[in-house]
Amino acid sequence: MLDWWLPENVSTYGREIDWLFHLIYAITGVTFILVAAALIAFLIMYRDRPGRRARYTHGNTTLEIVWTIVPALILVVLTALSAPAWSKIKMSMPPSDVVVEVTAKQFNWQVKYPNSDQVFLDEMHVPVNKVVHVHLKSQDVIHSFFVPQFRMKQDAVPGREIKQWFEVVKPGKYEWPCAELCGFGHSGMRGWIYVHSPEDYKKWAAENLTAKAKAAETAKPADAAKPADTKPGGKAKK
Amino acid sequence: MSAHAATAHTAHTAHEHHETGFVRTYIFSTDHKMIARQFLFLGLFMMILGGLLALIVRWQLAWPETAIPGMGRILRETGGILEPSTYNMAFTMHATIMIFFVIMPILAGAFGNFCIPLMIGARDMAFPFLNMLSFWTTFTAGLIMLSGFFVEGGHAAAGWTSYAPLSAVAQYTGVNWGQNLWCISLFVMGVGSMMGSINYITTIVNMRAPGMHLFRMPLVVWSLFITAILLLLALPVLTSAVAMLLFDRTLGTSWFAPSGGGEPLLWQHLFWYFGHPEVYILILPAMGIASEILPVFARKPIFGYHAMAFSMIAIAFLSWVVYGHHMFVSGMSPALGMAFTVTTMIIAVPSAIKTFNWLGTLWGGRIQFTVPMLNAIAFVSMFVIGGLSGIFMASTPVDIYIQDTYFIVAHIHYVVFGGSIFGAFAAIYYWFPKMFGRMTNGVLGHLHFWGTFIFFNATFFPMHIIGVGGQMRRIYNPMQYEFLQHQQHWNVFITYSALLLGVSQIPFVINFFWSLFAGPKAPLNPWNANTLEWTAPSPPPHLNWGDRIPTVYRGPYEYSDPDAREDFLPQNQPPVGAGARRH
Repeated sequence: MLDWWLPENVSTYGREIDWLFHLIYAITGVTFILVAAALIAFLIMYRDRPGRRARYTHGNTTLEIVWTIVPALILVVLTALSAPAWSKIKMSMPPSDVVVEVTAKQFNWQVKYPNSDQVFLDEMHVPVNKVVHVHLKSQDVIHSFFVPQFRMKQDAVPGREIKQWFEVVKPGKYEWPCAELCGFGHSGMRGWIYVHSPEDYKKWAAENLTAKAKAAETAKPADAAKPADTKPGGKAKK
Repeated sequence: MSAHAATAHTAHTAHEHHETGFVRTYIFSTDHKMIARQFLFLGLFMMILGGLLALIVRWQLAWPETAIPGMGRILRETGGILEPSTYNMAFTMHATIMIFFVIMPILAGAFGNFCIPLMIGARDMAFPFLNMLSFWTTFTAGLIMLSGFFVEGGHAAAGWTSYAPLSAVAQYTGVNWGQNLWCISLFVMGVGSMMGSINYITTIVNMRAPGMHLFRMPLVVWSLFITAILLLLALPVLTSAVAMLLFDRTLGTSWFAPSGGGEPLLWQHLFWYFGHPEVYILILPAMGIASEILPVFARKPIFGYHAMAFSMIAIAFLSWVVYGHHMFVSGMSPALGMAFTVTTMIIAVPSAIKTFNWLGTLWGGRIQFTVPMLNAIAFVSMFVIGGLSGIFMASTPVDIYIQDTYFIVAHIHYVVFGGSIFGAFAAIYYWFPKMFGRMTNGVLGHLHFWGTFIFFNATFFPMHIIGVGGQMRRIYNPMQYEFLQHQQHWNVFITYSALLLGVSQIPFVINFFWSLFAGPKAPLNPWNANTLEWTAPSPPPHLNWGDRIPTVYRGPYEYSDPDAREDFLPQNQPPVGAGARRH
């Protein structure tokens, strides 16, 4: 109840989304209470009683101006507060520590690491506190990469490669459903993202990615070597 | 003016063939009131179907993969259990039917046809034959849509939004002719809607009674006028898009499928360019209906008539530049997303203005809690919730999380059920006496209203909660996800509420048909209202008024004028004595 039914957030930018979420909860909650209270009060106070006549008025220009400008100002402020978070999440990506290629298909996530031929089905392994870039593709229909606890969502569109990022602050195992209707198997299309401590991740990479991959992992920005070859969506930085 | 001469001419010619046969009176009628009734019956019939589809969807979500009572006969192979593909079909068709064949026919079709000529003082629509054609085209579209349930592979199952390439390539869903018929039906529906909207616009522009200035028009006529303009401009976009989709599916073109060089996002741009004005097409008439009913039963002039009219005009303009907020995480350029945030925030302002003016109308009134009034008040309060929940989506970062969750489902139902459907019920109860010449039953009306209001909220409010919890829309079984299992009790609660919401409609059906045949005869003006339709007999005859159409002397909301003898002053009452002072 205290976090208003939101699942626990574990990503860096998720905090900003949650902060905006709670701000809008407050604004809309207060507005709703005021409007509902006025409505109920009017319904009780001005119910039809014998001997009363309704007030003959056609409106009030001052009131019209006030209730146009006040909501407009609140919304302008809200827009201004939303813009930086949006820009941070979708427009300006920090340099990557790890790159993962995800290709969605009916009804699985196929995960590949650069310089490794291994394809993981419905599972992704990433280190904690590192910027992970996801190069998102689809080979058939539109899917949507959704990790509720990362507050991350991005459609995978066939014919495009869309670049996204996240950074998780807490190791664990997180559910990774598809959020866009993709056919009869849409429900149940989900994977798991394993977020490891640095040591565990190194161990996992050593066991599961080829030697070639390990080299790429340590040679820092792995995606710098590969120029952005596809369309915008998440504009390639650097 | 020539329009008046034309009206007089029509009146004259039609007078000669006054006695028409059964077919011309009840089936291929050109009378706007009969066409209105036809649209109403079409919409109500389809509402039953759309509602049942929603209930089977709800059953599956609460008690996944259990046999649905009564469905054993229809789903023979599975013994009444909904399979994933059938489930996808059920929610796709629920939305398609409710939007295109329930709300549009009832609000724009039935009440547009009924109210426009009667409330502006015209004898009929500008093009009566086109009007008839519009209904029968829509009816044909409905038949085509229904036929999709009986074809091999089932009906369309790609969502009412039918995102390509899922909808563009038959193998992806296994649906072949179902999706084709979906496209054809909406194409035909689009043609029918175009005929109707041209008619509405022409009638309102040309055929207003003497003295009926634009700013003396009732707000419901304003709302239908703006709706007609949106329909005229938005529906052709959908019509072309479904034609392109059909060509992709049948002729091998590649508009939307990337395998042939198509662009999946093109579909979304076309669809939502239509789709967002469409939302206002669904809600504007309901706003007009509320603006009509609140003054009558508060016995008070509408607060801020001009603000009401201009805010609707503002909504009509802005509705073209907000559609991208449906596509924040679609892969569209995030810079464009930022621009759409700004426009979306702006469009909330006219809606806020309308809400405050409705409150202002109630302030200081003498409120009579009739059934139409209760429904109109419910419209206002539910629209407030639907409007406020929209602000979460307008904020792009928040939308990343709630896009495609039940939060969106809750939002759209607060706007389209809480808004449009309560508006439709308000209109049905309000104009029933004029439409059918008989009063409805108050007890059954109250029973229907309170049941609907309570169970509507019990059904749709918790959807916000499970949406914030992360439940995705259009999933078949929430129990397949570990992070959703703890909130499954909400799904059960919602389904019980939805079933009771369905049961709450029984008094309405009884009331409607009982009143139709056995209700007490309606007087000329049962609500003591000012607008012109109440000066015509109940029900109005062919051509609405006798030899003379009414002349208009004032605005439509002159209630409780201290200088008037009674607490209402009809628009057509000639100014005598002190009452003449005001316009």
